[in-house]
Amino acid sequence: MIELKEISKKFGDTQAVKQVSFRVAREETLVLLGTSGCGKTTTLKMINRLIEPDAGQIFINDKNITDEDPNVLRKGIGYVMQNIGLFPHYTIAENIALVPKLLKWDKAKIINRTHELIEKLHLTENTLSMYPHELSGGQQQRVGLARALITDPSVLLMDEPFGALDNVTRTSIQKEFKALEELKRKTIVMVTHDVLEAFELADRICLMDKGEVVQIGTPKELLYQPINDFARNFLAGQRLALEFKVINIQDIWSYLPEEIVHHGESETAELNIWEAMELLRNKDRFELFISGANKTIKSINFEQLTKGFNQYQNAQMHE
Amino acid sequence: MNEQQQTLWQFMSGQSDKLLSQTLQHVGLTFISLILAIAIGLPLGILIARKRKLSGTVLGIAGVLQTIPSIALLGFMIPVLGIGAKPAIVALLIYALLPIIRNTYTGIIGIDQHVKEAARAMGMNKGQILLKVELPLAMPVILAGIRTATVINVGVATLASFIAAGGLGEFIFGGISLNNTNMILAGAIPAALLAILLDTLLSLVQKMDVKKLRKALYIFPVVILVLGGFYALPSAYGSTLTAGFTPEFMGRQDGDLGLKSTYGLKIHTIVISDAVMYKAAYAKELDVISGYSTDGRLKAFDLKILKDDKNIFPPYYAAPIVRDEALKQFPELEKTLNLLSGKITDSIMTDLNYRTDYLHQQPERVAKDFLISTGLYKAAKNGQKGTVRIGSKIFGEQYILAEIYSMLIKGNTDYAVATKTGLGGTKICFDALMNDQIDFYPEYTGTGLLVLLQPNPTIAKEMAHDKEKTYDYVSAEFQRKFKIKWLKPIGFNNSYALMMRQKQSKELNVNSITDLKKYLDKN
Repeated sequence: MIELKEISKKFGDTQAVKQVSFRVAREETLVLLGTSGCGKTTTLKMINRLIEPDAGQIFINDKNITDEDPNVLRKGIGYVMQNIGLFPHYTIAENIALVPKLLKWDKAKIINRTHELIEKLHLTENTLSMYPHELSGGQQQRVGLARALITDPSVLLMDEPFGALDNVTRTSIQKEFKALEELKRKTIVMVTHDVLEAFELADRICLMDKGEVVQIGTPKELLYQPINDFARNFLAGQRLALEFKVINIQDIWSYLPEEIVHHGESETAELNIWEAMELLRNKDRFELFISGANKTIKSINFEQLTKGFNQYQNAQMHE
Repeated sequence: MNEQQQTLWQFMSGQSDKLLSQTLQHVGLTFISLILAIAIGLPLGILIARKRKLSGTVLGIAGVLQTIPSIALLGFMIPVLGIGAKPAIVALLIYALLPIIRNTYTGIIGIDQHVKEAARAMGMNKGQILLKVELPLAMPVILAGIRTATVINVGVATLASFIAAGGLGEFIFGGISLNNTNMILAGAIPAALLAILLDTLLSLVQKMDVKKLRKALYIFPVVILVLGGFYALPSAYGSTLTAGFTPEFMGRQDGDLGLKSTYGLKIHTIVISDAVMYKAAYAKELDVISGYSTDGRLKAFDLKILKDDKNIFPPYYAAPIVRDEALKQFPELEKTLNLLSGKITDSIMTDLNYRTDYLHQQPERVAKDFLISTGLYKAAKNGQKGTVRIGSKIFGEQYILAEIYSMLIKGNTDYAVATKTGLGGTKICFDALMNDQIDFYPEYTGTGLLVLLQPNPTIAKEMAHDKEKTYDYVSAEFQRKFKIKWLKPIGFNNSYALMMRQKQSKELNVNSITDLKKYLDKN
């Protein structure tokens, strides 16, 4: 659990962060979203004291972080950054083992944990003896994540973790991240300027502008109940794609065709529209079987899906 | 002519033990100063990388130190640190500082900010970041600085011989003084090879990849320490008194070689430049020095000349030597220069030297005072009939003589004068004369005989102790060989002499070189 209370920070005459407060619940992922210079990275870096706030307090698991030695604090918080910041003179194994070595773990424990992680992160054994420059951007980012996760910290801070990757790599790594069990157990604060990424990974989004919090809420709340024009306009450009991501089959269940009897494989109604469309497109399937609440099954094709989505949209607008 | 026919290789193999010890001393000097420069420069570089505001000041000071001419720097060191290894090491250290400080600073501030941020974010403390991140990553740049410093040091260390710290400079500067090309090369070639070798080795270290570099970094300090230790190896044989001889004196038959062969003198000897020798004797750093009999500092530092009772030092009567062509071009020149003939005796010359060396009067003023007192002074005539070029060697007496001649020419003829003073040693001055860079300079009969003509030993010996014979011989030979004319001698005899402090000479009852030998044999 992380809590920020009225945090402010000035750099010279610029008010970088102004009275920012929020809570991140245990195992929740909060995404700080905003344009560059909105203060999101500064806010993030104050959580592990890379930057000290001018005013306000920060608590992690109800402990004021200023009561702790910053180096001890940081060893207990995973940190992933856009430029990854792997040590170029260390091998991959040494990079991953950095914090455990500082904590004086014994060798066997470090090796076990390293192997466990590279397997989960789809890195191959032979990369361990390589140096960072020998790896692709995507592999490096995986190593960066392994370095942050090796001590299994309960809190993870991520500063534009996918910012340096090309689009294709980014999409696939985002998916892997989302599926990673280790990450589901962590309290995560992540910074991004990419709206789609925020919607993909966030439990809640904290939209920031000019150092202040504009709105905090679930992706759906941000999309359908924007607090002001800034929030509305910020999402306007990718509205359709976002809607496909935040609305799932369950939401439009009543606008889909009648239930049928089906005993084969079926998909969950938690699937969002985007994912359902991808399944229908990519796998050349004509129809999807979806099991909704009460174990009822519906079969849908592409036309039925878009039709149901449109009807749901119309209903929302008239509410 | 034997010496000239000797090949470089013969010289080097003949002097191999000296060559080895000088090379070891050279390597030792280079590396001791390098260790100290690293010990000081590295922390300073780190400091200014942390506190950038200081960087301008620190780099500025190191830069200014770098620009001090090396001989001047060595000179500044003597009053503080005396002579020998200490001031030489400090001077070398100062030259090595700038590249090391600057490269440490540049290396550290050049490290990717994100890597440093990651290190902090992982919870590394400042010491861990320095040792595990900053220094290893800056190491290639730091090594480049050390490499530059090493090469600079190998070069500057040749000057260490000026202040009795040894090294290959002994051969180089001895060779320049003695007009001995083999000797110059015997010092210069190893010094150049040393610089190339060390540069290559360090470039290999620098190019190593990260893994090898880490191992190399453990070996590196050990190697430097071992090489630094070389300086301690060549131990000179001990005696109760210490002599300081100039490089020129060391290699001359009428110098150290003669002392050994004729007197059998065995004394702990260090090689030192003429400029600091007298002061070092006065400061009791040295007991016996090889001076010149008319040197003003003899009077200034209260030194006593030991009697040359076996006559190994030949007469050194000074006289201007002029190119024949210059005599044709300036018909009045010979007559004018001869005005000085017989006017300056030993004691007058010592006094004139005393005024410049000790009372720090300008040579120009000393020259003018002298000419006025002897009635030779005439106001300058604004010469229109061409320019006579006067040369002089790099010590006080020659400056004064050059000034006196300059005033005589200006006052008595219609020639203008250009002085080219401070032309290194005999070889440089003589080469300048032969190559039409100067028209004349004051030379000494003994030097003309033994250094420039180098006749076979029997002739030399026969000649050596007779003033007239020497003068006649060099006059004839110079005319024949070089088309250079010796004008009439000025009067004084500035020969080599061994000297001690008056007080010590009395205490030990040493009045002649034979006394000195007896004293040394007993103790």
